[in-house]
Amino acid sequence: MKRIYTLEDACIGCHLCEVACITEHSLSKDPVKAFLHEPAKPISRCTVEEFDGGVISLSTTCRHCDEPDCLRACISGAIQKNDQGVVRLDTEQCVGCWSCVMACPYGAIQRNLTKKKANKCDLCPDRKGPACVDACPNRALIYREGSQK
Amino acid sequence: MNYVIIGNSVAAVGAVRAIRAHDSQGNITIISRERHSAYGRPLISYLLGGLITEKRMAYIPEDFYEKLGINLLLNSEVVGVDTKKQVVALSAGDTIKYDRLLVATGGDPFVPPIEGLTGKEKVFTFTTWDDAAKLKAVAHDIDHAVILGGGLIGLKAAEGLHLLGKRVTIVELADRILSAAFDRPAGRIVAKKMKANGIDVITEDTVVKIEGDGADISGVLLKSGDVIPCDTVVVAIGVRPAAGFLKGSAIEVNRGVVVDDRMESSVKGVFAAGDVAEARDFFSSQKNPMPIWPDAYIQGDIAGTAMTGADKEYAGGLAMNSIEFFKVSTISMGITNPANASEYEVLTYQNTESYQYRKIVLKENRLVGAVLVGNVERAGIFSGLIRDGVDITPFREHLLAPDFGFIHLPKDLRNSLFAPVGKVA
Repeated sequence: MKRIYTLEDACIGCHLCEVACITEHSLSKDPVKAFLHEPAKPISRCTVEEFDGGVISLSTTCRHCDEPDCLRACISGAIQKNDQGVVRLDTEQCVGCWSCVMACPYGAIQRNLTKKKANKCDLCPDRKGPACVDACPNRALIYREGSQK
Repeated sequence: MNYVIIGNSVAAVGAVRAIRAHDSQGNITIISRERHSAYGRPLISYLLGGLITEKRMAYIPEDFYEKLGINLLLNSEVVGVDTKKQVVALSAGDTIKYDRLLVATGGDPFVPPIEGLTGKEKVFTFTTWDDAAKLKAVAHDIDHAVILGGGLIGLKAAEGLHLLGKRVTIVELADRILSAAFDRPAGRIVAKKMKANGIDVITEDTVVKIEGDGADISGVLLKSGDVIPCDTVVVAIGVRPAAGFLKGSAIEVNRGVVVDDRMESSVKGVFAAGDVAEARDFFSSQKNPMPIWPDAYIQGDIAGTAMTGADKEYAGGLAMNSIEFFKVSTISMGITNPANASEYEVLTYQNTESYQYRKIVLKENRLVGAVLVGNVERAGIFSGLIRDGVDITPFREHLLAPDFGFIHLPKDLRNSLFAPVGKVA
């Protein structure tokens, strides 16, 4: 299946992947409205990590594992792997127990404390490819066929 | 091939998915003594407290059994297994033949003999959906409940009853609550939060007698001599592997069903997974029951794979719990209370006022345990470092940082996780 990979040396630490992720998962799909006016601004599903004042940076996100630790830890059945291999979170079913946060070795699941729901990458089902990848100005994010590791 | 699975919770679900990944043809029968299809067992406290509806108890998609071609027998109790004839006997009298058997019956709540307990109406355990339903059904008639046992189950029962507006007192024999899953400071933070919400926590004491006339409870007498007036008692001392029905069979049962790394028992063709099994521990390699939800799924997956003749390696059981008490998040994993402290190195950060706590347990420069209270963000990175046995020497100083992440790890390590393999055009 297609997965998102990171070329750390190409990452300039601009956080545009996070902006694109938040925008894509907002109600308006408009960055300004999403950031300024929507009552429940989404949380980015990719995480840009920085070190040494931004000298080193990389964007990390869900690997959509073949055998997802998050799915195995989920106590409510909210996390399922669909026929395409995408690990999906059903936010209706999620109870916010954070078992997935505990289990994911990629640190790829966030806590939405306002909604008390877990938050994770869905590979942007409403688009051709993930918004974060399209937004990366230096092509540090790549969406292509590949294994989990 | 006839696959028979006794039990219908997370280990069974993991097992049937694995069986179907390798064998689309074999007959699968799941036998459960409960009346529900697979449900999120840890959700019973959410159900009791009114945080979720019954509809959300379902752990699997509605078409799960049909899609995977599973014959589901609910309300059916297995009373014996004949490993020579390869049949299981049901309490209704009939028998079912198997080629491969999986015992995934989970645990039974342990209820010690307490004077005055027999015949009392409002004495409950708290491990099944029906336990929660029974408690909820009489909730209008509960004013003050005493919870016997300050472990995870007891505390979740306490929280559920508290959410219903009931007065709750927890009685724990040890010197602190949550002594099994958490270390002392973490237990203290949770206890503080419990007390701040009006829940009484009594430690180093236990219930020796339940008082009251007939079926009614008027109070409990503690070992210390104190009497707590109450009308309801929830016994939450612990669970034991539900392996009683295997007595007299050839299957080796210690505390639980003893299994190898393929989850196979001492009898060929008979497997066990989940809370009923006694599998290898990740650290000690000793076999012990590990009543942990994620591990039950993994064991079920391994067992199901092995039942089809394929192989998958079990890495060993790693204890981990993520529990919220009164909006304080807590995650613990691995060795959190090292018995022989001199072999371990412990790093901690603590701010009790804001309910924040972070503890890292190291052994020979490898992470072996972690406790996080409050900020539990990305806790799974620690579980990955534990499982992979990563040498933490290069990034030791960052382990307690609230924003600890992959950026602190050696570059080749994080690239092995996130970078594409091979040349990128």
